Amino acid sequence: MTGYLGDVAALARKDLRLELRARDTLPAMLLFVLATLVVFHFALPQDAGDRAAYGLLWVALVFTSLLGLARAWVPEQEAGALDGLVLAPTDRSAIWLGKTVAALAFLGAAELVALPAFTLFFAPLDASALAGVLLASVGICAVGSLVSAMAAASRGREVLLPLVFLPLAIPIVVGGVGASISDEPGKFLGFLGLYDVVFAILSWAAFEYVVTE
Amino acid sequence: MSITKPSLTVLATVAATLSGVAVAMIFFVAPEDADQGLSQKIFYVHVPIALTAYACFGLAAWKAFRLLTTRGLRYDLESYTGVHQGTIFGALTLVTGSIWAKASWGVWWTWSSNQLVLFLVLFLFYCAYFMLRFSIEPGPRRERISAVYALFGVALVPVSFLAIRLASDFIHPTVFTRDGPQMTGEMFAAFCVSWAAITLLAYVMYRVELAGKRTDANLRELREALAP
Repeated sequence: MTGYLGDVAALARKDLRLELRARDTLPAMLLFVLATLVVFHFALPQDAGDRAAYGLLWVALVFTSLLGLARAWVPEQEAGALDGLVLAPTDRSAIWLGKTVAALAFLGAAELVALPAFTLFFAPLDASALAGVLLASVGICAVGSLVSAMAAASRGREVLLPLVFLPLAIPIVVGGVGASISDEPGKFLGFLGLYDVVFAILSWAAFEYVVTE
Repeated sequence: MSITKPSLTVLATVAATLSGVAVAMIFFVAPEDADQGLSQKIFYVHVPIALTAYACFGLAAWKAFRLLTTRGLRYDLESYTGVHQGTIFGALTLVTGSIWAKASWGVWWTWSSNQLVLFLVLFLFYCAYFMLRFSIEPGPRRERISAVYALFGVALVPVSFLAIRLASDFIHPTVFTRDGPQMTGEMFAAFCVSWAAITLLAYVMYRVELAGKRTDANLRELREALAP
């Protein structure tokens, strides 16, 4: 684990350690996703059925990830840490990849609570739905850690992140809902994979321009 | 400026003339659609506007790409103007599409028209461009972030299109198709003239807007230089 991947691992570890010490983000995400599922129970009419619930699961996941992403770059903003990272002798895309890995860890932990809770409250999830969640999480974190870096550079970062992120997340929701409810989930999973590849490459290549002065 | 101004005047005149010719052709040369009647005439405006919006977004992304690769300062305003024009034409696409949907399907909005939904997504995405741009301090960082955002836009177009195609499978089992009768030669000619007119109009608007934005930026620089 040296070189590029070593840098990525060190950066992701730093975020996880910060979270373990301060517990800023993860408890909020867990509570939020549970509260959202409860709200959805009351938002759905009695006879709405399971298919509507699957749709709302994706709304809950996207908004929960937004909550985590909004705080993703806060540690870097304090005390000029981002400037230090940019000056560090490493490829700048490693900063993005490290942040993506950390964001994925947070979102994965939130899903570890959210998915069993969803099964308990609403309806069971099959293997293709779980595969959809996995692929969508990668896409959400890859794009999200880039656009939250963009939003963090602006004045109104909490307001801007959802505005920028939600149009980009619409394809993810389509793929995820399709993987959960469709009879042939294969093409939706393929689509999610395509989304991940396209936007991960784009984010990886573009990140340098977002953080350098 | 002395070189660009006359050519811009000429272009604007040509665009205006061509628009007049296009309107005349739409109403007098192209035959009336057997199925949809008079309401089909909006096709000659709606589709060229939509294609022009795509072209503007594409131009914005190309200029953004040039900005990131060459660090040429002038590309920032060019890319910004492209997004600006694209958003205007995108909004017009939504409006004309909505009118067409009302005329032919009886509703102002339908989720089964994939192109219309795509434009709604793009419209939301590019509106956020302005929010993002104006909440970052002017400078190289804003230019780069705007450029990266504009580049994301062109990746979002095909991905969203594919997504909306896929989504229509589970939102609407049956999809409307707009396959009217085949276009006749006159219809196609009217369509092409209209397309050329609107593209040229967009280009003239782009040039005017760019000149305005440049003047604005220069003025701001001067003001900052003169401020005590």
